[in-house]
Amino acid sequence: MRKNYDLEKRKYVIGCFIIIVAAIFLIRLFDLQLNDEKYKRSADSNAFLKKTVYPSRGLIYDRNGELVVFNQPAYDVMLIPRDVQPFDTLDFCATINITKEQFDKRLADMKDRRLNPGYSSYTPQRLLTQLSAQDYGRLQEKLYRFPGFFIQKRILRQYNHPTAANVLGNIREVSSADIERDDYYAPGDYTGDLGIEKSYETYLRGIKGVEILIRDARGRIQGRYEDGARDIEPVSGRDLRLSLDIGLQQYAESLMVGKRGAVVAIEPSTGEILCMVSMPNYDPTLLVGRQRGENYRKLVDDQSWPLFDRALMGAYPPGSTFKPTQGLIFLQEGIIDLQTAYPCAHGYINGGLRVGCHAHGSPLPLKPALQTSCNAFFCWGFKAMIDRRSKYGSSAKAFEIWKNHLVSMGYGYKLGVDLPGESRGFIPNAKFYDKFYSEGRWSANTIISVSIGQGEILSTPIQIANLSATIANRGWFITPHVVKEIQDTVMPAEILDRRYPTIEAHYYADVAEGMRMAVTGGTCRRAAIPGIEVCGKTGTAQNPHGKDHSAFMGFAPYTDPKIAVAVYVENGGWGATYGVPIGSLVMEKYLTGKIAPERKYMEDQMINSSIIYAAPKKK
Amino acid sequence: MPLPRRNDPASIFRNLDWVTVLIYLVMVLAGMVSIYAASYDFDNASMFSADEFSGKQLRWIGLALCVGVALLLIDARMYETYAYPVYIIILVLLAITPFLAQDTKGSYSWIKLGPMSLQPAEFAKCATALALAKLFSSYHFVLNAKPSNYFKAIAIIFVPIVLILLQNETGSALTFMALFFVLYREGMSGLVLFAAFFAVVIFVVGIKFVETSVMGVPTGEFAVMLMVMLVMVAMTAVYSRRLEVARNLVLWFGGTGLIEYILDLCGVPLPGMIITLSVIGIACIYIVIEAIKLRRPKLYVSVATAVLSIGFLFSVNAAFNHLQYHQQMRIKVALGIVEDLRDAGYNVNQSKIAIGSGGLLGKGFLNGTQTKLKYVPEQHTDFIFCTIGEEEGFVGATFVTLLFLALILRVIKIGERQPTTFGRVYAYCVASYFMFHFCINIGMVIGLCPVIGIPLPFFSYGGSSLWGFTILLFILLKIDAARKNVLSY
Repeated sequence: MRKNYDLEKRKYVIGCFIIIVAAIFLIRLFDLQLNDEKYKRSADSNAFLKKTVYPSRGLIYDRNGELVVFNQPAYDVMLIPRDVQPFDTLDFCATINITKEQFDKRLADMKDRRLNPGYSSYTPQRLLTQLSAQDYGRLQEKLYRFPGFFIQKRILRQYNHPTAANVLGNIREVSSADIERDDYYAPGDYTGDLGIEKSYETYLRGIKGVEILIRDARGRIQGRYEDGARDIEPVSGRDLRLSLDIGLQQYAESLMVGKRGAVVAIEPSTGEILCMVSMPNYDPTLLVGRQRGENYRKLVDDQSWPLFDRALMGAYPPGSTFKPTQGLIFLQEGIIDLQTAYPCAHGYINGGLRVGCHAHGSPLPLKPALQTSCNAFFCWGFKAMIDRRSKYGSSAKAFEIWKNHLVSMGYGYKLGVDLPGESRGFIPNAKFYDKFYSEGRWSANTIISVSIGQGEILSTPIQIANLSATIANRGWFITPHVVKEIQDTVMPAEILDRRYPTIEAHYYADVAEGMRMAVTGGTCRRAAIPGIEVCGKTGTAQNPHGKDHSAFMGFAPYTDPKIAVAVYVENGGWGATYGVPIGSLVMEKYLTGKIAPERKYMEDQMINSSIIYAAPKKK
Repeated sequence: MPLPRRNDPASIFRNLDWVTVLIYLVMVLAGMVSIYAASYDFDNASMFSADEFSGKQLRWIGLALCVGVALLLIDARMYETYAYPVYIIILVLLAITPFLAQDTKGSYSWIKLGPMSLQPAEFAKCATALALAKLFSSYHFVLNAKPSNYFKAIAIIFVPIVLILLQNETGSALTFMALFFVLYREGMSGLVLFAAFFAVVIFVVGIKFVETSVMGVPTGEFAVMLMVMLVMVAMTAVYSRRLEVARNLVLWFGGTGLIEYILDLCGVPLPGMIITLSVIGIACIYIVIEAIKLRRPKLYVSVATAVLSIGFLFSVNAAFNHLQYHQQMRIKVALGIVEDLRDAGYNVNQSKIAIGSGGLLGKGFLNGTQTKLKYVPEQHTDFIFCTIGEEEGFVGATFVTLLFLALILRVIKIGERQPTTFGRVYAYCVASYFMFHFCINIGMVIGLCPVIGIPLPFFSYGGSSLWGFTILLFILLKIDAARKNVLSY
């Protein structure tokens, strides 16, 4: 084959190209390694010490701008094992008030790779956490005697009011699962646990910074690298403004002392949660500082479940507070009109079944039925709907429509509150009963108790409060939420989207009127507040845990409502016993800022009464 | 004289290019030591422990040497004979890999075979090189003879690229672009390489320097126009073979530039863009006139280059400004315009600090603190050069750089002494791959190239890459050792 000598010359082009590239690389290496002042400096020094600078966590204010949660400094003792020189251990222990045994134990734990998988003798390790300010001061003075040790400033939470722990949540050290899930975290970081500290973690935490320090060969800090030019400034977390009224929250908590249950108040026009009480509560400061672990264990072991947010997670039978939903569905479905009256013979008696009721006039249409909380009316209505084959074809189909209406009102699914751990409650569907009773073998009478909020129905106090807000708004609601504003952030508009249940708005006006009548001359007469038109509905829920639960749902004023509440007191008996007074006092306090003198006795009664709960059965 | 026997082991031993073998051995052993250093922590086991990356790499090296020796024992003609079948098999393997592979950091390129994972893309390099060499060695194949020859060659290069892109391994796929050097060696016009190179430069410079401006023109665009002028002068000088034409251009550009500069100093506001474009436009007209006068149509290339470059510059800028902000940012971070110390830029910044802190002689073996403290990610794989730079300093880094230079130049030399087209083309393929990996990998570690995740041959941890390059090199050594058995035509 003829060689093409013209092309053979191209080997020089390719060869030159690669030689030029290599030359550029060598010039660059020369520049980086020998010429550049800043790298030379670090080549002389042993290494940089990269100190994490923790940003301050976002502060939390209540709706009136009252500071609720703020930061306090704490100090961790860190060391780099490789840089530690022999030092006076006893002096060290005395300085920070620990025994030699504790110190040895901590050191051994730190080096144990099972307990501390990230251990390396080259990297900063955490020896002791959360030193007190005094210990910190003493250690700081003597730190030069302990090469290899340094102090890391941390941020802990502090609370202005020992209240609303269930809403606020707390912070804890990250677990290995957190680190796995989110690249932001490193061992020893803090993250939100429960409440808004958890759900707004990404806003509150800010962005960690890095401070680059230069050390000499003996590990002593010589100063900041390039005067901090290469440091990364931490970015503070964003402050939150809650919709919570911390005064109202404290007041509601005081009314609930000695009882178990929940109080939720919502501003109907905005969906903002004004207070959210879960009882028994706990002091959020318990979960701050070195005692956190021990206190947390105690709270977990406490048989009254203080860590369980009853307002959000407690799934209770709603009892008679459920009746307005039934009236709405019957009206919407054309089962009843405002004139339709059903008889009540001290209860609902049909097909060998009897659901008891108390004494009142009979027969009754819807509004007086709400006023007197007549069980029979809603049983009859329910039977008329579920068994109306001519309209729906079968009980199962009718029941599905019934269920879908309830779901549209916020029952049976999470509402989407901006807090972790919300419960769905429970609204059965037709399949549930098909499975339980087998298909076609059930009808209205089989499941009649669901029409009065008993049986399989479960709802959370926040769902009940949301129903109250929906009626107050006459037919729409905004997903309840506790955060009103995030600093420097526009809240997504969809949070404030109105949600419309599948019930026409004018039916809500009728139900509201029924609830108004319950206060003027029905089951919640004690809810009446002088000068304010209150609407309400009691609930007395049978349950397998002893005495009936006492519930109340209401809003005020009747026109242009400003507050909607739900109260649920476990084993409180009649709705009027605890639910009505607590609910109306909370509304009164919020609307007028005080309690009328003639109602003071009621306030004292609530604050001073408590319910004795039996110890739960061992499982 | 007895004819040499075809496959005499003794002759292989005699004819083997021992320089290459020596460079290879130095590289793999230095690689293993570096891997040990890169993954070393205070209480590490020995370098040879099977639990360490270095111990595992030693096993890979042992197996690679066995493979290398086996390749030397195969009849050299086999490589030519089976080039296409091997290529087809590898393509099928590449095509099915995404379906067999598990998600490894977003890429689907690893096939698990018992205890080890292999990356077929690494072996595709060798197969593609063999196929390309086979194509060029087919009877009467001359690249420039007809366009369909280009089509065939480019098809051989691009099919694996597409298949590897499907595995989400952009870095490995780009490697194959290096084979355009082979096409250049075999006759493709240098203008193609030049145009590609110039386009990249225009793109980067045009986007990179927009913050400042010179005489009312953004610095980047101004720099591109200066380059265009230089290229016009150079091309005119080469194609007209009359220095006076080039000299006139220099005088024209220089003169107008000087006047502009003086006016600018006096504070006269100038429409810089219009002036510069008119200066280039008038130069183009002048070159066209000269081309007609001198009857040198090649001079039109110079005009076309100017027009196309400036057109490209403006369209790139227009397209770039049309992108969304975060897309612009991504490109800017990749080009190093915006320093993103948190994310993409973090690796490079840390790796520069580590290398920079190495100084002349380095911190000494196992004493590198930057890599030890895990500031540099991927330090035993793609960023292995960083460990060398930190612990062995400028001396060590220079040694490794020169080692690669020596290897590449040696392979080119081997290529040029091949009596067959097959051998020569194959050798150039090998050289091209090494060039690409060398340029990109070290370039990214020292912050000159955007980060493209490809290994440093023989140094980075990983069996597939080590085996891939070993096979590539040892097939070349065998072809070279057997060259004297081939009768020169």
